[in-house]
Amino acid sequence: MRTVTVVGASLAGLYAARELRAQGFDGRLVIVGEEPHAPYDRPPLSKDFLTGRAAEDRLALSDPEETRELGAEWLLGVRARGLDARGRTVELADGGTVRCDGVVIATGASARRLPGPAPAGVHTLRTLDDARALRADLHGGRQRVVVIGGGFIGAETASSCASLGHDVTVVEAAPLPLLPQLGPELARACAQLHERGGVRLLTGVGVTGLREASRVGPEPGEGPGPRVTGVALADGRVLPADVVVVGIGAVPNTGWLAGSTLAVRDGVLCDGGCVTSLPQVVAVGDVARADGVRAEHWTSATAQPRAAVRNLLAGRTLEHARPLPYFWSDQYGCRIQYAGRRRAGDTVRIVSGSPQDGRFLAHYERDGTVTAALALDMPRPFTRIRRELARAETRPTPGAVVGAVGAI
Amino acid sequence: MIPVCRLEDLPVGESVRIDTVPPIAVFRTEGELYAIDDTCTHQDASLSEGWLEGCLVECPLHEASFDLRTGQPTCLPARRPVRTHRVTVDDGVIHVHPAASADSAA
Repeated sequence: MRTVTVVGASLAGLYAARELRAQGFDGRLVIVGEEPHAPYDRPPLSKDFLTGRAAEDRLALSDPEETRELGAEWLLGVRARGLDARGRTVELADGGTVRCDGVVIATGASARRLPGPAPAGVHTLRTLDDARALRADLHGGRQRVVVIGGGFIGAETASSCASLGHDVTVVEAAPLPLLPQLGPELARACAQLHERGGVRLLTGVGVTGLREASRVGPEPGEGPGPRVTGVALADGRVLPADVVVVGIGAVPNTGWLAGSTLAVRDGVLCDGGCVTSLPQVVAVGDVARADGVRAEHWTSATAQPRAAVRNLLAGRTLEHARPLPYFWSDQYGCRIQYAGRRRAGDTVRIVSGSPQDGRFLAHYERDGTVTAALALDMPRPFTRIRRELARAETRPTPGAVVGAVGAI
Repeated sequence: MIPVCRLEDLPVGESVRIDTVPPIAVFRTEGELYAIDDTCTHQDASLSEGWLEGCLVECPLHEASFDLRTGQPTCLPARRPVRTHRVTVDDGVIHVHPAASADSAA
């Protein structure tokens, strides 16, 4: 293999590039990134970066020394717009093409937006540019912030805005945020954090639209056009808003693959080893639907590239990558950590602490075995069970940990 | 020199965080005491809450791992070392001697 193109210059793309070199690929390595920025870490954007605790230089995922060692050609600020049917040519939005023998698809996902044009003051939070714009909009005095969506991005953004002194309301269409992910008992425990942080949480009510007003004299730096003034709810209420943050999930960036022969269904379909229907094309990170599962987890993006690159270089699937799902969230001074494969109906057992105290470790159990765990501010006991769950998956009978290991 | 706790109050396999600026984590492994900067160099996480295995501590957030003897990261995502600090036991009390400056590990 002489040339490999990594399409996507974020976490999964960078880890794939590292793996290519670590696994002995010494050919031409091209990395294409839509954003103009060198690879940066997204999780702090809604947390320390938004509150100003962490500056931009803390976001860098790499450093000049490593960049030099990688010996890659970086095409940043250029979107890939196509992959030919044989998967041998990546077409770029600026008209250029990259011919290659191998392709790593790592184009990630984009923040889902509300339909229609967004007036000024309405934000999503996915990219560094998004975070810069939101940060700039939160300057000067107490503002009324409405966060649409109570998932992790929404909750973290609400928490950060509250810590900056703003008046914050979170609107969640479901009866509870994170209900499908955590189940009712623990979703409720996490939802209580909003109240403790001084943030209003409205649940079970959808958003029907935004209210806006035209402006006579926009602020310096702002374009003309209307600015948001409120969020209209399905029950008829209108929440006054100076700033609106839309946190309603992400959609995988697969549009550029329309002309390829790759199968796309809410992600690029690939086998358990991240190999697509073309053996020299693999997909990793948020954009990959590996063995039927698309996980938007930081640790999936860092774990998948090892197997994906090995399979890419071998030309066939030698290794599967099915890391134990793990995610975390920092909000209202609490750290939430989840690991495992919970299924609807699993029994919840609090094994340490209590939700009332805001500090606990809970197991999800099925047929006497632990399927997943959730912790609030209990990092060490959580790590113990997370490691047990990961170890259990590598045993001949995967998927569960014997309940007795919970001797925490 | 900062007193931490009595030796018997820090069992083998345990760690304690001391609220210096920046905070320091003290670990007791089989037969040895180590002190390193508590905050992971990758992101804001307390290594005193990490997973101790031999002379390595794994960050509780992203599984970055550091060698307690040298402060060097042994795997990604951390790329920069944490500072190490000298530890002594005087009259049964653990003491940490913080390294001179915050950038001495660079």
